[in-house]
Amino acid sequence: MSGSFHLDAVPVRLRRCAKTFHGGVRALEPLDLDIRGGETVVFLGPSGCGKTTTLRILAGLERPDEGGRVFYGEDDVTALPIERRNVGMVFQSYALFPNMSVAENVAYGLRVRGVPKAERRERAEEMLAMMHIADLAGRRIDQLSGGQRQRVALARALVVRPRVLLLDEPLTALDAKLRDSLRLEIDRLLRALGITAIYVTHDQAEAMALGDRIVVMSKGRVAQVGTPREIYHRPADAFVADFIGTMNRLPAVAQDGRLLLGRGELPWSGPQGRIEVLVRPEDVALTASGGHVDARIAATVFLGDRTRVVAETADGLTLTVDAPGRTDLARGDAVSLGFDPARLLTLPE
Amino acid sequence: MALPPSQPPPASQGEAFFPSPAKRGRGQGWGQVLLRRDPLPLAALMAPAAVVFGAFFLLPMARLFVIGGSGAEGWAAYASILLNPRHLQSLVSTVLLSAGVTAVTLAVSTVTGLFLVRHRFPGRSVLVAMLTFPLAFPGVVIGFMVIMLAGRQGLIGDVTQALTGSKLVFAYSMAGLFLGYVYFSIPRVILTVMASAEKLDPSHEEAARSLGARPWQVVAHVILPALKPAFLSAGAICFATAMGAFGTAFTLATRIDVLPMTIYTEFTLQANIATAAALSFVLGAVTWAALATARSFAGSSVAAAG
Amino acid sequence: MTHRRGPAFWAQLTFTLLVCALLVVPVVLSMLAGVTVNYFVGIKSGLTLKWVDEVWRLYAETIGLSMQIAFACLACTLLLGVPAAYVLARKQGAVARAIEELLVMPVAVPGLATALALIVTYGGFGDFRRSWLFILAGHVLFTLPFMVRSVLAVLHSIDFATLEEGAASLGAGFIQRFVHVVLPNCLSGILAGSLMVLTLSMGEFNLTWLLHTPLTKTLPVGLADSYASMRLEIGSAYTLVFFVMIVPSLILLQILAGRGRPRSEQ
Repeated sequence: MSGSFHLDAVPVRLRRCAKTFHGGVRALEPLDLDIRGGETVVFLGPSGCGKTTTLRILAGLERPDEGGRVFYGEDDVTALPIERRNVGMVFQSYALFPNMSVAENVAYGLRVRGVPKAERRERAEEMLAMMHIADLAGRRIDQLSGGQRQRVALARALVVRPRVLLLDEPLTALDAKLRDSLRLEIDRLLRALGITAIYVTHDQAEAMALGDRIVVMSKGRVAQVGTPREIYHRPADAFVADFIGTMNRLPAVAQDGRLLLGRGELPWSGPQGRIEVLVRPEDVALTASGGHVDARIAATVFLGDRTRVVAETADGLTLTVDAPGRTDLARGDAVSLGFDPARLLTLPE
Repeated sequence: MALPPSQPPPASQGEAFFPSPAKRGRGQGWGQVLLRRDPLPLAALMAPAAVVFGAFFLLPMARLFVIGGSGAEGWAAYASILLNPRHLQSLVSTVLLSAGVTAVTLAVSTVTGLFLVRHRFPGRSVLVAMLTFPLAFPGVVIGFMVIMLAGRQGLIGDVTQALTGSKLVFAYSMAGLFLGYVYFSIPRVILTVMASAEKLDPSHEEAARSLGARPWQVVAHVILPALKPAFLSAGAICFATAMGAFGTAFTLATRIDVLPMTIYTEFTLQANIATAAALSFVLGAVTWAALATARSFAGSSVAAAG
Repeated sequence: MTHRRGPAFWAQLTFTLLVCALLVVPVVLSMLAGVTVNYFVGIKSGLTLKWVDEVWRLYAETIGLSMQIAFACLACTLLLGVPAAYVLARKQGAVARAIEELLVMPVAVPGLATALALIVTYGGFGDFRRSWLFILAGHVLFTLPFMVRSVLAVLHSIDFATLEEGAASLGAGFIQRFVHVVLPNCLSGILAGSLMVLTLSMGEFNLTWLLHTPLTKTLPVGLADSYASMRLEIGSAYTLVFFVMIVPSLILLQILAGRGRPRSEQ
């Protein structure tokens, strides 16, 4: 998708960036963040978590509260409005100009930069070719499909050779199939361009697939920063554990090197006392007998590649467990649940 | 500069930073930086309209108000609309006329407008075009249309002459004015009714039918209540226009006793500028208040009337 | 929504046709009267253009002045109204709403009151009072809200804020955003507003009757004059001329409204 087009990898830093809106609503608590040059960082979180505010501060569409600073490389861009930051931005609604053709949209950034007409046509065409939409150059925006609009928006943002690429939920407006294929394409594009990219989404699959690192946010704060694997396997707190994937949270008692899970028992070297242990559905073994805890099947959901099982232990604990797709279980069947102590997590207090 | 209260960040994204901002249009997503920025260019863009408007409307209106209180009666002139029997009489008949026009126009336009929205048949678009065509006719022309219908050489006169032997002529009276105002208001009200009937969610009607409602019940229980804002706004425009219109009455007969004619007579024939000023200021306040009230009830913006 | 065509359908259709007749018949009658030799005798007296000729002889100046005022009024409302609408669309506070409310007042307030206010304030400036500019001032006040509302409606429907953010992200400054993105995208509103302004200014009477002088008679003033003092055929012919002048913009308005509808339903 990229050819010879390669962009500078500019690191981005946020220092003490907070945002208080009119009426005193704190949308973002003071945030420090270092984004390496060429890295793709995904801001992930539910509605109202502050991820879009952070992106808009990075873009220059919002200004951080007094004391906050935004750096692109060594430049302090805090005071610069977005039009003087040389960024590329892809909006959730794409914000393509309906009064211009596809080619004119893509060339617009060059037009306001005073690039001569011939050159901007050439560069716009080159960019359209790179996005495999050269044949759409003369179309009007309302003649494009969602996926095509997405590509035009990307081409328009990239043609100006921005220092930073900002993407605000760019796939949300598309249907699921298209989202998956475009996600792969965007991933390849970002790697090939080598540009620093900041991506906002509420979709964890998107975040996992695209992010070198993910910034999980909640209620205006950063809950965790880490690679997708770290976020998934080592959640920093209960919010991240619950928000990313499915997690079973079980009350347990740990003492004398044993962990008591209801009536079951297994060896344990973690924290002692009354604790909560966390386990992913795929890390619980479902057998007919011989596990640690006996349970009955309360419900099963066939998902094709696997069967998601809800099991209830005799002590009233409810667990979600993933079994292979071909597992044939029915409500009321007796099963046994097995745990690997290495895959049981505890949250820091 | 005060920040506006309704600045939701992209609502489509559901990032609800604000309790429940009053949404106006789709101006959301407006960054505060962009908004707070360019106060100067924005002020420059507003300035021409502000200057012209201030010089030719606000200032003259203020002057009109002062002059209204500067006549022989002093500020009591403002009370004369209620105390002077002639003025009160003219106010009452204007209000009654306007209310009657509003009621009749709403009824007629609702039947026609709903019919045109709910049925598709050949020639429908021609009908819509013809019904909305007189939208921009000025009052004088409307008056002339009334004369063509009910004047001395009018159609109604000819028809009644042929049928009963006596000629029915009512153009040059309150009845003629009534017909004129209904004529004037029908196109606008039909447009309003049709526009909001087209926006109704058909599933509500289908739900009512699934519950066993008969067609008239669907209309009475689902459609008419849903059109209430449209009725309010269209009715207010209709009322306000009838209160303040002058051209039609002027064309039909100067003797028709409605407030605008009274003002005109005070001003031109009796050169009683203070009284004319006071009366027209009160008339302006009343019509404006009618529109503003309707708008606050209807919620949406009551479009300006012609 | 298709319904069975029972008696209710036919009753409503009949009613609608009657209403339609009420609106259209007098228009047709007056147009006929304008080209009939003697309306009292009827069509059989023959068709003629002599009344139109007569109107041209008597009232040509009013037609010219009305056109002049209408286009001057359009220029003024474009210059004043379009930028004002943009500012009102961007500002969403109470002050902006109050300004919008004020701007619309000349439509809510009867023309008679506005005209009196203008006269008591500027009537003493003789040259201004006697010139066509005095009428123009009234027309601008009265038509400005239509331009502002028309442009505002489009601005509210097109999420121009995001479009502007898009342009800003590509490096466009305030003026570039206004010229390249805002103006072209509210063209439909500007066009609709312009047609409305032309039509309304051409037919404005309530204000004009008090603002005009014997030397600044507009078409509707002439119409009222002809209705009062000329024979029916001349009034009719004059009305016919008026229709011919406003029909093009009325038709364009309807086409515009029809084009806007399916698009917004998408």
